[in-house]
Amino acid sequence: MNLPAFNTVHVGDELPPLQLSPVDRTTLALFGGASGDHNAIHLDIDAARRAGLPDVFAQGMLGMAWLGRFLTGWAPQRQLRQFDVRFQGITHLGNALRCNGRVVDKFDHDGEQCVRIELRCENQFGQIKIVGEAIVALS
Amino acid sequence: MIDKKWIGHELTPSVMTIDRSRLQFFARAIGETDPVYTDVAAAQAAGYADLPVPPTFLFGAELDSGASDRLVADLGIPFANLLHGEQRFTYRHPACAGDTVTVRSRITDVYDKKGGALEFVVKSSNATNQSGVLLAEMKTVLVYRH
Repeated sequence: MNLPAFNTVHVGDELPPLQLSPVDRTTLALFGGASGDHNAIHLDIDAARRAGLPDVFAQGMLGMAWLGRFLTGWAPQRQLRQFDVRFQGITHLGNALRCNGRVVDKFDHDGEQCVRIELRCENQFGQIKIVGEAIVALS
Repeated sequence: MIDKKWIGHELTPSVMTIDRSRLQFFARAIGETDPVYTDVAAAQAAGYADLPVPPTFLFGAELDSGASDRLVADLGIPFANLLHGEQRFTYRHPACAGDTVTVRSRITDVYDKKGGALEFVVKSSNATNQSGVLLAEMKTVLVYRH
């Protein structure tokens, strides 16, 4: 994968978005096993109902893992310096998330030329589920 | 209310051996198709010693070990009222399959908002490899919603 050149990246640039498929139970089960999050609230509708919820819902870290995929699809992972998110809302079954990122700053950080990327992950109804930012070194 | 005495509490260190098949499973679970994350030859061609650990994977060390569950139980937060509010990773050195990673965490803050309706617990972590090299720092904000 090629590293975007610092001088060709501008504040305001949008990264190519990543459109995910609607969240289903299989994805939640696979991610639970792969990530180590065995909390039944994400896996078992009976457990979700006992907790007063109508159904299972996505692990927050699944959305963050997708945002990570989005970032490493733009620049190689070794360039990633910081990755920070705030979980804003529950991602329900059937939600199809879309990861967006926009360059909001270019700066020198520890002797490297870096960009700050504002991150946003929303569903097909425009409801924002995760916001955050990443710092990526482009030198 | 979560007692402020928890500030400074250190969790039992979590040791995670990173194996290829787990990383391949993780890649499949998130739909990652970049061969760097599943094919050792592609990873090595990209300059990694072995399959690289993807950006959020090390969060799982304390899930695997049970340290996260123990913390939630110690704090007395029912799972149904627990939310993951924020998560930060600061990357210092790549981690790859074959590494043995140790995550050491402590509670660095406890506070509340909205007159105690929301309580927050901040956990700060360091991940190091078998050579003692710092791989990443993590910060987790847990939210207890009453």
